[in-house]
Amino acid sequence: MFDQFDALLLARFQFAFTVSFHFIFPAFSIGLASYLAVLEGLWLWTGREVYLNLFKYWLKIFALAFAMGVVSGIVMSYQFGTNWSVFSDKAGPIIGPLMAYEVMTAFFLEAGFLGIMLFGMGRVSRKLHFAATLAVAVGTFISAFWILSANSWMQTPVGYSVNEAGQFVPEDWWAIIFNPSFPYRLVHTVMAAYLTTALVVGGVGAWHLLRERTNRGARVMFSMAMGMVAVVAPLQILAGDMHGLNTLEHQPAKVMAMEGHFRSHPEGAPLILFGIPDQEAGTVRNAIAIPKASSLILKHDLNAPLKGLDTVDRANWPYVPVVFWSFRIMVGLGFAMLGLGVLSLWARFRSRLYDWRPLHWLALAMGPAGFVAVIAGWVTTEVGRQPFTVYGLLRTAASASPLEAPAVAASLLTFIVVYFIVFGAGTGYILKLMGKAPHPGETGPEAGLDHPIRTAGITPAPSVDPARTLGAEA
Amino acid sequence: MIPVFDLPTLWAFVIAFAVFAYVVMDGFDLGIGILFPFFQPGQERDSAMNSVAPVWDGNETWLVLGGGGLMAAFPLAYAIILPALYAPIIAMVLALIFRGVAFEFRWRDPGHRRYWDVAFTTGSAVATLAQGITLGALLQGIAVDGRSYAGGWWDWLTPFSLLVGVSLMVGYALLGATWLVMKTEGAVQNHSYRLAGKLAVALIGCIGLVSAATPFLSGAYYARWFAWPQVLFTAQVPLLVGLCSGTLLVSLVRRWEYWPFLLTLGLFALCLLGLGVSMFPHVVPNAVTIHEAAAPEASLQFMLVGASVLIPIILAYTGYSYWVFRGKTGHEGYH
Repeated sequence: MFDQFDALLLARFQFAFTVSFHFIFPAFSIGLASYLAVLEGLWLWTGREVYLNLFKYWLKIFALAFAMGVVSGIVMSYQFGTNWSVFSDKAGPIIGPLMAYEVMTAFFLEAGFLGIMLFGMGRVSRKLHFAATLAVAVGTFISAFWILSANSWMQTPVGYSVNEAGQFVPEDWWAIIFNPSFPYRLVHTVMAAYLTTALVVGGVGAWHLLRERTNRGARVMFSMAMGMVAVVAPLQILAGDMHGLNTLEHQPAKVMAMEGHFRSHPEGAPLILFGIPDQEAGTVRNAIAIPKASSLILKHDLNAPLKGLDTVDRANWPYVPVVFWSFRIMVGLGFAMLGLGVLSLWARFRSRLYDWRPLHWLALAMGPAGFVAVIAGWVTTEVGRQPFTVYGLLRTAASASPLEAPAVAASLLTFIVVYFIVFGAGTGYILKLMGKAPHPGETGPEAGLDHPIRTAGITPAPSVDPARTLGAEA
Repeated sequence: MIPVFDLPTLWAFVIAFAVFAYVVMDGFDLGIGILFPFFQPGQERDSAMNSVAPVWDGNETWLVLGGGGLMAAFPLAYAIILPALYAPIIAMVLALIFRGVAFEFRWRDPGHRRYWDVAFTTGSAVATLAQGITLGALLQGIAVDGRSYAGGWWDWLTPFSLLVGVSLMVGYALLGATWLVMKTEGAVQNHSYRLAGKLAVALIGCIGLVSAATPFLSGAYYARWFAWPQVLFTAQVPLLVGLCSGTLLVSLVRRWEYWPFLLTLGLFALCLLGLGVSMFPHVVPNAVTIHEAAAPEASLQFMLVGASVLIPIILAYTGYSYWVFRGKTGHEGYH
C-alpha cells in the first residue's frame, strides 16, 4: 500500500496541477483586460470602428477565459485547507488576510463590473462602459497584487513572530505585504501576463494575415501585438535579471539550482548553458559552459566567487533537475520573444509588417509561448523554494494534511480527468472563436450566431427585458 | 468572562454572514440547476436559465470569501475541518466547475448541449449534496487530536450527514422554485408553483427530522437547547420555524408572488440561527472554540479595517443592481 511519503508527493502533484491550470487563465486575462481597455480607449479617442470591432472580438474570448479562471480559482481557495492544513494553521494568520483582501478588493470589483463590461454597451453611456472596462482591468491587477504578495511572503518571509502554537503572527503588515521579493515578482509576473497576451493576440493576427493579407482588424491587432512584444520583451529580460539578483540575495540555493552550481567557484563561476544535472552525484553531466560568465551576470565581475550547493545542507536542496530545466525553458522562450520583437521592428522599418510571411509563421508558432514561459517560470520559483513552503521556516513535508494516500490519489485522478474535459472543451471553444477572422460589424458576447456568453458577475442585466430596465429610459 | 463582542466573535458573525449571503444568492441558482430536468426543454428551460445565468459567478464569490475568510480568521478551524471533509469538499469544487462552465458551454456548442445540460444539473445537485453533507458532518462532530484532524477519510459519511445533504437539496430546490415564481410568468410560473408546493412540504419535513436528531448527537447540544432558563430563548427558534412554515404554505396556496421566496429565505435564516445555538461558542463541535481557533489579534484587526469598509460597499452595489433589474424575466431575454 501507500506510505506517508506518497500522500505528500501526491498532494504536491495535485497542487502543482491545479495551480498551473488555474494560472493559465489569469495570465491571459490580466493582459487581455488591459488590452480591451486600450482598444476601447482608442475607439473613444479616435472614433475608428476597427478598434470597436477588435474590442468586441476579444471580449467574447475574454468572457470564456474569465469564467474558467473563476471556477479553477474556487478550487484553489479550498485546497489550502484540504491538502495543506498544517500550513494553513501556521501561515493562515498571515496568508489568510492577504487572500481575504484579494477577494474583497479584486474579486468583487471584477464581478461587479463584468456584467456592464460584457453586456452594457448600448445600455449605459460610453463613459460608464469604459469605466467598467477599466475597473475590470484594475481588478485583475489588484488580484495579482495580493496573491503575489502572499506568494512572495512564502519565499521571503519577514515582519512576523512565532507564537507558542507555532503560528506565524503578523507584526508589521507593511513589511509583510511589501516583502523583499514582492516588488520584483509583481513586475516580472505582470509583464509576463502582458507578454503572454501580446503573443496570443499576435498569433491570432498572424493566422488571419496568412489567410487574408488585407484584413483590417488582423492588421491592427498584429501591429499592436508586435509593438507590445518589441517593447516588453527586453524590459522583461531586464526585470527577470533583477528578480534573479534579488533571489540570489534572499534564496541563494534557488539560484544555485537554476544555474546548476553544485560546486562552489571561488574564482569565477561558469555559466552552464546545457547539461544533465545529477542530484544524487551532485554534478552536472555533459555540461556546456561559458567560463566565468555566471559570475559576470550575477555579480557583474568575472572573478567574483560564487557559492554552490556544497555549502548548503543536502536536506535543504531543491530538486535541481526540475529547476534547472524549467529555468532554461523560460529564459530560452524569453530570448525567442525578444527575437520576434526585433524581427517585427525590422519588418516595420521595411514596411513589410503585413506581408512578410515568415514573420507571420513565426508569430503564429510563438502564440502559445507565453503560457509555456509563464508555467516554466512559476515552476522555477516554486520548486526552487523547496523543500520549504515558508522558505527556511516551514518544511513542505511538515505542511501537509493528515490524509491517507488513496484519498489524495483519488482526488488527483478526478482533478486530472475533469480538468482535461472541461478546460479542454473551453480551450477548444476559444480556439474556434480565434479561428474566425475579425470583421466589420463584429457582434459582442450578447448576440450573434452562438447565443450569449453568460458570465456576468453580480449584475443580472441580461436576464431582463431591456425595455423594462432603468437604463432604457436614459 | 469574555466580552460578547470581541474580535473572534465579531469574525464568527462576519463568516456566518458570508455563508448566509452565499446561501441567499447561490442557493436559488443551484436549486434551479437541480430542478432543471423537471422543466420542458425549450422555452421553460430557457426562462429558468435566463433568470440565473448572469449572476452565478458573482454569487460564488461569497463562497470564496467564506473559505478565504475562515482560513484568515480561524486558521485552526480551517485546518481541522477541511481535511476531515476532504471528499465532500473536493466533490463540491469539482461539481461547481461543471455547472459553472455549463452556463457558457451549452450556448457555445449546440451540438453537445444535452451533455452540458446534464453537467449543469449533476453539478448543481452534487455541489448542494456535498455542502449539506459538509454541514451535517461538521454538526455530528469531528475527531481532533492536538491541532489536527484525527479521523479517517470516510468519517463524514453517516445517515445524519446524508439526511442534511438531502435536506439542503430540497431547500435549495425550493429556493429555486420560489425564485422562479417571483421572476417568471405564465406556464413556467404555474409549474413552479406546483413544484414549490411539494418542495415546501418536503422541506418542512426535513427540517423537522434534522431538528429532532440534532439535540441527540451530543449532550452539549441537548443542554444548549433544553437547559433552563435559555430554553425560553431557544424555544423561540422552533416556534418561529413553525410560524414561517405555515405562512409559506399559505403564501403558496394563495399565490402571493414574492412571499414564498422571502419566507424560504426566512426558514434558512432560522436554521442558521439554530445551528448557531447548537454550536456556539464552538467552531468544531465539542473540540475547538472560536477563541481557540481565532487568528492573532493583529490578523483580525487588519482584516476588519478592510471588511468594515468593503463589505458594505459590496452589499450596496449588489442590492442596487438587483433592485434596478427587478421584475420578470422573459424567456427570450435580450438575445
